[in-house]
Amino acid sequence: MSIKQISVFLENKPGMLCAMTDVLARHKVDMRAFTLAETSDFGIARIIVDDSQRTSAVLKEEGYVHSVSDVLCVVIPDEPGGLNRVLQVLAAAQVNVEYMYVFLGREKSAYMIFKVADNTAASAALSAQGIQTVEQEGIDKL
Amino acid sequence: MERYYQPEIECASREQIKAWQDERLVKQVRHVWDNVPYYRKKMEEKGLTPDDIRSSDDLHKLPFITKADLREAYPYGLVAKPLKECVRIQSTSGTTGKRVVAFYTQHDIDLWEDCCARAIMAAGGTDEDVCQVSYGYGLFTGGPGLNGGSHKVGCLTIPTSSGNTERQIMFIRDLNATILCCTPSYAAYIGETMKEMGLTPDQIPLKAGIFGAESWSEEMRQDIQNTLGIKAYDIYGLTELSGPGVSFECSAQTGMHINEDHFIAEIIDPETGEVLPEGSQGELVFTSITKEAFPLLRYRTRDICTLTREPCPCGRTHVKMTKPQGRTDDMLIIRGVNVFPSQIETVLLNHGYPANYQIIVDRVRSTDTLDVQVEMTPEMFTDNMGEIARRQKELVDGLRSMLGLAAKVSLVAPKSIVRSEGKAVRVIDRRKI
Repeated sequence: MSIKQISVFLENKPGMLCAMTDVLARHKVDMRAFTLAETSDFGIARIIVDDSQRTSAVLKEEGYVHSVSDVLCVVIPDEPGGLNRVLQVLAAAQVNVEYMYVFLGREKSAYMIFKVADNTAASAALSAQGIQTVEQEGIDKL
Repeated sequence: MERYYQPEIECASREQIKAWQDERLVKQVRHVWDNVPYYRKKMEEKGLTPDDIRSSDDLHKLPFITKADLREAYPYGLVAKPLKECVRIQSTSGTTGKRVVAFYTQHDIDLWEDCCARAIMAAGGTDEDVCQVSYGYGLFTGGPGLNGGSHKVGCLTIPTSSGNTERQIMFIRDLNATILCCTPSYAAYIGETMKEMGLTPDQIPLKAGIFGAESWSEEMRQDIQNTLGIKAYDIYGLTELSGPGVSFECSAQTGMHINEDHFIAEIIDPETGEVLPEGSQGELVFTSITKEAFPLLRYRTRDICTLTREPCPCGRTHVKMTKPQGRTDDMLIIRGVNVFPSQIETVLLNHGYPANYQIIVDRVRSTDTLDVQVEMTPEMFTDNMGEIARRQKELVDGLRSMLGLAAKVSLVAPKSIVRSEGKAVRVIDRRKI
């Protein structure tokens, strides 16, 4: 129904982001998606990785404050109207989207990541309209 | 059961203490008049001779001595004994400018160590205890003072000095240290490191800590007590007067008993220099009445506190001083408002933030700015930016109501604020005035 997302606290100053990606590179963490939200003094890097448990352990070891949360992932065809169709369903079900981001898969498809207040309700609404959410295994295999 | 190192002194009657002070002050004034031209000149300027000081009631007639005098007289100008009779120097940490060098005879060291021994026993120490001294050794008085006191009590003493925190923890655990002596900021850091190593308070043999050399809040005490599973006692002192042990906390943990057989304490109005009645808040002034090599008469500490002679449940009769709110040198004046770092610390700890913080003061287009940098912790972090912003704002509001001043709160990366093994550097003042 949902997949794991890791959110990492970063100070908003030169070199902080690079220091974190360096840690991930050294530990051969394979990232599926990456997005950055920022304020003037700090940011949150949100990442989807191949192995969230191991990545979380690595980040803890290296002293990064972070959290792991469940987000929805939906595959949509990479064509006009693809995203709109998903959002129509969520809007009709009164599901509020806190934030979302996208990464492109192979074979002309896009993976949309949604942070919503209620994963279960959103997932049910989507599946009722024939839109399947991606499971964790689906991400790990990519 | 309350333990005392020198019960006949620590629990003496007020009359007896007054008698000691009267006799010793008269003798001390004569000693400096005879041996320190600097003092003689200062007394002559006020038209005083030793005959004008007949008891401690005449103390107020004497001129003050300040840190500026100590600097002017550096290095030998206030030494009252021939150097061949002096056996040691110690020096201030230089946190507030040029170092001050203090001299000791063997007798001075002996009395200083007695004071530290009183502090250790007041914290429950006996010859059964293992006392780890993690204060710096060397010019700094912390290590040598508590080391000497620990010997006098008969504790097995581990002179680790500061630094190498993992090794500190190894000794505490392997040798079953029951008492830890260091600065409160270092105690907090040792606690933080133990927590990271997965140690819980019941796996740590410590039962008491004697922490001093910097001002710390009541909230920080609670924090250290919880993390280390100990009772944390405050100890106060100045290199100028001897070192740690000028005053110390007892089991009541409600102020520090001043060793009045060695030091006479006064509270004055820092503006006018007038002596204030008991219970008033003001600047603490000390006269050392037993020091041979480096006696100070009416030394202005610039520490702000109050004194009380109300009976203490511990049985000690010596006057108690409150935890200094901060040294007047620590006090920041920001946009005309007096701010003590300890007030900021109180707000942070009350809001669930750690005691790792730094205060950055700057001046932007002739307006002072106050930036409080706090480390993000796993407990305070969430993926929800709005929630983080809300907590940040709560902290800003808390600071405003405590200080009466708008401050910026910056959340910084964990471990990015340098941990102190001695005195913590809390304030960075970038104003060019």
